[in-house]
Amino acid sequence: MAPRRSRATGVAPDWPAEIHRIFVERRIRQVAYVPDAGHKSLITLCHADERCRAISLTTEEEGVALLAGAWLGGERGVLLMQSSGVGNCINMLGLTAECRFPLLMLVTMRGEWGETNPWQVPMGQNTASALEGAGVIVHRVDDAGDVAPTVAAAVELAFQSTRAVAVLLGQRLIGTKRFE
Amino acid sequence: MTRGVKRSARAVLDRRDAVAAVLQARGDALVITGLGAPTWDAAAAGDHDGNFYLWGGMGGAAMIGLGLAVARPDRRVMVITGDGELLMGLGSLATIAVEAPRNVAILIVDNERYGETGMQASHTARGVDLSAIAAAAGFAHAETIRTRRELDGWIPRAYEERGPLLAVVKVAPDPAPVVVPPRDGTWLKHRFRAHLLGSGAV
Repeated sequence: MAPRRSRATGVAPDWPAEIHRIFVERRIRQVAYVPDAGHKSLITLCHADERCRAISLTTEEEGVALLAGAWLGGERGVLLMQSSGVGNCINMLGLTAECRFPLLMLVTMRGEWGETNPWQVPMGQNTASALEGAGVIVHRVDDAGDVAPTVAAAVELAFQSTRAVAVLLGQRLIGTKRFE
Repeated sequence: MTRGVKRSARAVLDRRDAVAAVLQARGDALVITGLGAPTWDAAAAGDHDGNFYLWGGMGGAAMIGLGLAVARPDRRVMVITGDGELLMGLGSLATIAVEAPRNVAILIVDNERYGETGMQASHTARGVDLSAIAAAAGFAHAETIRTRRELDGWIPRAYEERGPLLAVVKVAPDPAPVVVPPRDGTWLKHRFRAHLLGSGAV
């Protein structure tokens, strides 16, 4: 299933490049990630750019702790993951909430629009509620044209209002992986 | 057959003495402590604005140290945590080794027990060797310390040598009195940032 074009413009913006540009403009330095196909080109862009430090994790909660340390040291960061990784973060998000650390998470969704792997569905269908239950503010994007403004707004909410914010990048936006 | 708890081959250190000795030599190092006894140990050694104590976030202490060390390569970061806390975030040893921050030292205060929950044996009591795991992951220096002499040899290296370094210090399981540092996480965060970044960072 091909990625969606923007409703507004009729063309598909290069939203990973737009997110990367926002990271650079807003001084998001530590880019921690567990890989997902939906984040592939953004991860490549961040590894190639010395203004970012892309940090590969073994599990997503490492990133929650890492970015708390980054903030203690005066740096901004972002955590990239797939929706299944949200479940791994829940207890560590207690650190974020108790200390009111800023946290920006960009979550590529699985287990929803047109999913062909049923094992992705349980976590994907509970991603937003799990995050909200852990005290994270959730924004959601399904249109390519909305990605950049939503991520830019989430950056401000996270770092100027010192909140934990997740942007869910919908499976309809990313394109559905086929297993057949 | 149930695998038994091995007795340590040699005498082990007092945890309060070991942590106090490490912190006495801190200079301008920044300190992260893992939840439970390592947090009490650091508090017992004397509260400090450059300490960030964890009362939760089990498994996250070393990663907080990494994020801080990446942000501030000009400062030494000392992570003091326990065997159970580190075991919960074992993958972080691989992540830290790959990132190879030269300014991080990790001290595992290893009583081979989960001290806060009833002194149940941790995997280190049954033969899991955390310094060998760190070495295999790629830490520049990783060792196990059982004597005061070994500890005294490690301390200056921990603050000067190119990291990442990790030492497991084997300590007696005798519980030490709980010494409670400030517990409000947001306040601890602000205090730490003001210490490191100035009052404008709060």
